[in-house]
Amino acid sequence: MSTISKQEVEHVAHLARLNLTEEEKEQFTKQLDSILNFAQKLNELDTENVEPTSHVLPLVNVMRDDVPHESLPVEEALQNTAEHQDGQVKVPSVLEE
Amino acid sequence: MSVFDLRIQEIHEQLRRKQLSVSELVDESFKRIKEVDSQLNAFITLDEEGARAKAEELDNLSNTDETGLLFGLPVGIKDNISTRGVKTTCASKILANFVPVYNATVVDKLNEAQAVMVGKMNMDEFAMGSSNENSAFRAVRNPWNTDHVPGGSSGGSAASVAAGEVFFALGSDTGGSIRQPAAFCGVVGLKPTYGRVSRFGLVAYASSLDQIGPITKNVEDAAYVLQVIAGYDQHDSTSANVDVPDYLSALTGDVSGLKIAVPKEYIGEGIHPEVREKVLEALKVLESLGATWEEVSLPHSDYVIPAYYIIASSEASSNLARYDGVRYGVRADQADNLLEMYKETRSQGFGAEVKRRIMLGTYSLSSGYYDAYYKKAQQVRTLIKQDFEQLFEKYDVIIGPTTPTTAWKIGEKIDDPLTMYVEDILTCPVNLAGVPAISVPCGFDQKGLPVGLQIIGKAFDEATILRVAHAYEQHTDHHKARPQL
Repeated sequence: MSTISKQEVEHVAHLARLNLTEEEKEQFTKQLDSILNFAQKLNELDTENVEPTSHVLPLVNVMRDDVPHESLPVEEALQNTAEHQDGQVKVPSVLEE
Repeated sequence: MSVFDLRIQEIHEQLRRKQLSVSELVDESFKRIKEVDSQLNAFITLDEEGARAKAEELDNLSNTDETGLLFGLPVGIKDNISTRGVKTTCASKILANFVPVYNATVVDKLNEAQAVMVGKMNMDEFAMGSSNENSAFRAVRNPWNTDHVPGGSSGGSAASVAAGEVFFALGSDTGGSIRQPAAFCGVVGLKPTYGRVSRFGLVAYASSLDQIGPITKNVEDAAYVLQVIAGYDQHDSTSANVDVPDYLSALTGDVSGLKIAVPKEYIGEGIHPEVREKVLEALKVLESLGATWEEVSLPHSDYVIPAYYIIASSEASSNLARYDGVRYGVRADQADNLLEMYKETRSQGFGAEVKRRIMLGTYSLSSGYYDAYYKKAQQVRTLIKQDFEQLFEKYDVIIGPTTPTTAWKIGEKIDDPLTMYVEDILTCPVNLAGVPAISVPCGFDQKGLPVGLQIIGKAFDEATILRVAHAYEQHTDHHKARPQL
């Protein structure tokens, strides 16, 4: 039985903000299925009372003093945008008309 | 013999005596790049103008100003490390036009140490890959045999150092991306402890695993570079506020009494016999110097690859959400609303492996699957980390091969991601545990391809793995071999 269906691949692609071609959908369904099947191996282990490790260093809430620093000039901050106007980043319309 | 076959100390001696100038070193670098890079594709961007200006500036300094530990040395920087004013593409179409407005902390540190950046190194797109075939621009080739892969993802960095195009290079290592290409290209690659080197300005792939480190031709040079780039950085809250020792003085050549653990999983089934043989020979050398080794077990080794790929892909799916065509990068222009602009930009901008990992990560983090995949993988990560902690209670270092095989042929594994993933079995556990490891050349297989020896140390104990690697290197000549191009 397959772990992931083509419909699920389409749904995940939407969540990941990707448009997939038909060919990519077929290919990813097959490849993700084999990777996820392989990942089932993790279920052989009993992890009932094991704490998850998200990070190896014992760090919690690293804080610094709230001191103002020099920041990037607006022109530099906008230098890599595809489109900008009046010191603002410009994007296509967000709301449908 | 190229001047690049010298050690840092020897080059500095020649510079001091005025037998050599920095401009000549930089000339040497560009001359070699022009001769051989069309065979290797190690570079994405060259900064010839910047490098020559910097060389001239350094040549004009008075002797007393020449204090940098890396004075005058031509360096290549992996193209996922931000360089102000010099394109930083991550070998991706989506960042093909990206020019950073600030330097990574490691780049500032190299500048302070008076190194000279020659250019930006090719890599697997967003550091995702083990063969460098995932570069959106062109695949890097192995200088020992250009039909073979150089390893990845820091393949350009490793190939370039091996071929003598740059004196040393920086790479990044999330699951082996410094050590594996170093092993495949016959050079030294060091992944420091997680937190030892600032990640500020390193384009994030999997933030809990990524580390920047040096690729050099010998262990002593690696100690020099680590000395310069290590240390706490207030711009990276995950960099560790731990003292940085003097790594050069750690290179004593003495390994008597050293206790080595050799996991049976690292020399058993699945490891190519020629690789195993070279590693056992290296252990004999260390034994002859007074070290002892015992066969041990890392019992969760079989679970490393699934845990690694779930965790790394999950973090990647989150980190790469920022490439949406808004603030930087290439934007698709045929979309008429914001959502379609995001989707088209990302679909056109990312290559197949990056999309695959974003998809895998998004799935693993999605509602209904989070506990079964992501959380489970994090729990298994705890078990893998504990395996290492237990061994380090009794042993000083863990030694094995860096990779199960030597470099494979270009195209051989590209169609089946899983067969490529399992090649990372010996390098990924080190990132999951957060400990440091170094790969050093330990011989060649019958095809003439290099074999890497991996020495893994305790957290923040880079000094010991450098000492062991250096002691070994003093008694072998493998690191002196150079590819013919």
